[in-house]
Amino acid sequence: MAYTENEVLAGLAEIVAEETGLPADTVTSEKSFTDDLDIDSLSMMTIVTHAEDKFGVTIPDDDVKNLATVGDAVSFITNAQA
Amino acid sequence: MGLLEGKKLLVTGVLTDHSIAFHVARLAQLEGAEVVLTSFGRQMRLTQAIAKRLPAPAPVIELDITDDEHLASLADRLREHVDHLDGAVHSIGFAPQSVMGGNFLAGEWADVATALEVSAFSLKSLAVAVKPLMTGGGSIVGLTFDASFAWPVYDWMGVAKAAFESTSRYLARDLGPDGIRVNLVSAGPIRTTAAKSIPGFEKMEGGWPERAPLGWDQTDPEPTARAVAALLSDWFPATTGEIVHVDGGVHAMGL
Repeated sequence: MAYTENEVLAGLAEIVAEETGLPADTVTSEKSFTDDLDIDSLSMMTIVTHAEDKFGVTIPDDDVKNLATVGDAVSFITNAQA
Repeated sequence: MGLLEGKKLLVTGVLTDHSIAFHVARLAQLEGAEVVLTSFGRQMRLTQAIAKRLPAPAPVIELDITDDEHLASLADRLREHVDHLDGAVHSIGFAPQSVMGGNFLAGEWADVATALEVSAFSLKSLAVAVKPLMTGGGSIVGLTFDASFAWPVYDWMGVAKAAFESTSRYLARDLGPDGIRVNLVSAGPIRTTAAKSIPGFEKMEGGWPERAPLGWDQTDPEPTARAVAALLSDWFPATTGEIVHVDGGVHAMGL
């Protein structure tokens, strides 16, 4: 059973919130991981690993660097489930 | 029976599932070992998540290799999980970006000192910290990148590896009487997170697969992990102070 885009956003927001300490409701689609959420490469690896496990997808390193915003990651994960 | 049946091992340096140490831990478990991992600071959450991808559960305890209190309490904290240790894997290295990447002549001592402390002195720190648990002898294995040569972009990390290799020989001398072997695996370039943090890493890889008589796959940490597992096993009982090359044979070729 695939997660919907909204479910992925909610789950990813929780993962980001756990890593950064930011409230989950501030983690919205248009936010940039680096500029808005102040996420460095270590935090990004941690978030990606938790997201891979939660959603059962693989996010290769080469793709991670193209995920600028939370929305980019949500789209990638949603599509990768298929 | 597995190669490491019943062995109790400490494995440092598991960060992602690309980490050489991850594959050492994975193979060790498959070969029958019980594995405890270390990580530190903000990396702990990542190591804990990655540990769940191992074939069997592995506790993660905190060890900042430069923290005297962490080192002093390591044996006691390990005893919460294992009653003794048969082996320890050192997969720890760090150099500030300012002393790698092709700016060797501009390297400043404070940054070089950090590289030496974290990447070379740390082998002594780890060995002394685990020694109380190696009551029946043991095997300490570290990972190096051949320090006999000057490489592109590796710079002061290469100097740190030379110190690391020398440290392993002195440890072999001083721990031999306790039945503790100390050996290194000198791997060819592998695209781990640590490698990718070296500015211009691709220049170090240059031509490796072509130069290696056996060929070389920079994306495959398994051959290196197997050699580490072998050195942890009982099948190198009279080998210490050694550096085993796992590089496809490049070290032995003139051109």
